Amino acid sequence: MNPFSYTRAYGLDTAVEEKVDGADFVAGGTNLIDLMKENVTHPQHLIDINHLPLQEIEETESGGIRMGALMRNADTAYHPLVEQRYPLLAQAILAGASPQLRNMATDGGNLMQRTRCYYFYDTATPCNKREPGSGCSAINGFNRIHAILGHSESCIATHPSDMCVALAALDATVHVKSKRGERSIPFLEFHRLPGDTPHLDNTLQADELITAIELPAKGFADHYTYVKIRDRQSYAFALVSVAAALELDGTTITDVRLALGGVAHKPWRDTQAETLLKGKQATRENFQQVAESILANAQGFGHNTFKIELAKRAIVRALLEATQNEHKS
Amino acid sequence: MSAILETEMLPGVSSPGVAAPSVSPTSLITLKINGVEKKLPLAPWTTLLDALREHMDLTGTKKGCDHGQCGACTVLVNGKRINSCLTLAVMQEGNEITTIEGLAKGEELHPLQEAFVEHDAFQCGYCTPGQICSAIGLMNEGKAQSRADIRELMSGNLCRCGAYSNIVDAIDQVMNERGKHA
Ligand SMILES: Cc1cc2nc3c(=O)[nH]c(=O)nc-3n(C[C@H](O)[C@H](O)[C@H](O)COP(=O)(O)OP(=O)(O)OC[C@H]3O[C@@H](n4cnc5c(N)ncnc54)[C@H](O)[C@@H]3O)c2cc1C
Ligand code: SF4
Ligand code: FES
Ligand code: FES
Repeated sequence: MNPFSYTRAYGLDTAVEEKVDGADFVAGGTNLIDLMKENVTHPQHLIDINHLPLQEIEETESGGIRMGALMRNADTAYHPLVEQRYPLLAQAILAGASPQLRNMATDGGNLMQRTRCYYFYDTATPCNKREPGSGCSAINGFNRIHAILGHSESCIATHPSDMCVALAALDATVHVKSKRGERSIPFLEFHRLPGDTPHLDNTLQADELITAIELPAKGFADHYTYVKIRDRQSYAFALVSVAAALELDGTTITDVRLALGGVAHKPWRDTQAETLLKGKQATRENFQQVAESILANAQGFGHNTFKIELAKRAIVRALLEATQNEHKS
Repeated sequence: MSAILETEMLPGVSSPGVAAPSVSPTSLITLKINGVEKKLPLAPWTTLLDALREHMDLTGTKKGCDHGQCGACTVLVNGKRINSCLTLAVMQEGNEITTIEGLAKGEELHPLQEAFVEHDAFQCGYCTPGQICSAIGLMNEGKAQSRADIRELMSGNLCRCGAYSNIVDAIDQVMNERGKHA
């Protein structure tokens, strides 16, 4: 690791005050310290935000919850309010990483985690995300884990988070703060597509701190599932994942949420495709139709082309499972 | 790369690439390991794992991958299992750290240590300290109800020798003895 200086922030104002160029926040450290060891990132100063008073889940007036950005992923997944009202979120979090990592990783850090593209990690190879303008090694290289939707000529990386796929489905809001003030970012606008600026993963500005993630009242606790397909059954990133949530009146779909992980530079939610299902019957044929529509414009790069069919099947499976699943607790 | 080596960064410094002052990069860090407080001069970029192994002669905790991918470095912080390779020692000031060296009471082994011996839950033994600390974390969490749960919740610890089934046997036995699951 390159040398850096270190301070601990105890208040939000100090934390954002110290966030100048060259400084980075460190939360769980599970992504940042890894990237620093690999020399992919080299901040000159670390602001330890683990002591900020953002460690609670509170109920909001509108019937939702507000999760402090420094909540650990494990504590979030096992929190009674999340288990009971947002079991899709709990399931997605517990599908990710390992128990040790989930004990360290924070909710804010999970949103900010960077791609696992091999070339992004390998400083000997060109990568537009790591070094803008140097080229993309993945497009004509090994791209088995790469994107099939929303990619650009500059970058075909995916966002690796499981938690974020559930947050996209559940219409979360990200609350942020800087010296300039506070603002809220709708979850679907938080992560971005690569376009010709793939070095930007999201719309958080350099001086901003994530303070909380808010969920609206509707948690789809009755019919939901998170399907994660990966190379081994546990402790591996998703090749494709699907967060599916349904509201049913008998067998009629009254509301639906569908988000995909492992397929794009951001959690992929196609709200137009969702409307295809509203008012329809919860049948395999209808699910198949929506899967076809979501993947209609998908494009693979050789090694990852299998993901197109895999994603379709995962969508159908997730929707069938969500239809059948009754919330147990 | 030039770096700022003070412990405090001056507010308002907008390009920290400039002029690295020749201040010592190490500062005195207090760590509480296995019930004993120690003050050590450490640079901020020292991981907890390296602090244990290189600065405190506590080599029971192993370095497998150094990237959070194997679990060999698992220790307990305030009773919770973490990967010591992905946290900085300085971030753990004020916390209670327990390593494999802190589990036995004198000559008396921890029940999990006993069970690992009894079940042959290792071959080379390299992953074992991490497996045992992880298993203690798992029992503290209280979420495992079945052998399948143990397997899933121990997936953060790889064993290149493939002693997995005996590891699950050892943990299952101790959990049954403690009445933690049916
Ligand atoms: C071996 C391994 C396997 C993994 N498998 C999975 C998996 O299967 N699924 C999955 O979803 N994830 C997986 N992860 C990733 C893990 O979930 C992330 O590393 C973790 O969520 C990051 O959180 P953190 O608190 O440790 O972030 P840090 O590493 O501390 O920070 C990451 C980035 O976020 C920034 N940051 C942190 N908090 C804030 C904040 N409040 N405001 C603004 N910026 C902030 C930091 O400055 C830094 O740039 C895995 C990680 C490893 C090492
Ligand atoms: S896909 Fe993106 S992250 Fe990977 S090499 Fe290309 S530009 Fe870099
Ligand atoms: S050495 Fe820490 S997880 Fe492998
Ligand atoms: S006993 Fe050799 S790695 Fe597990």
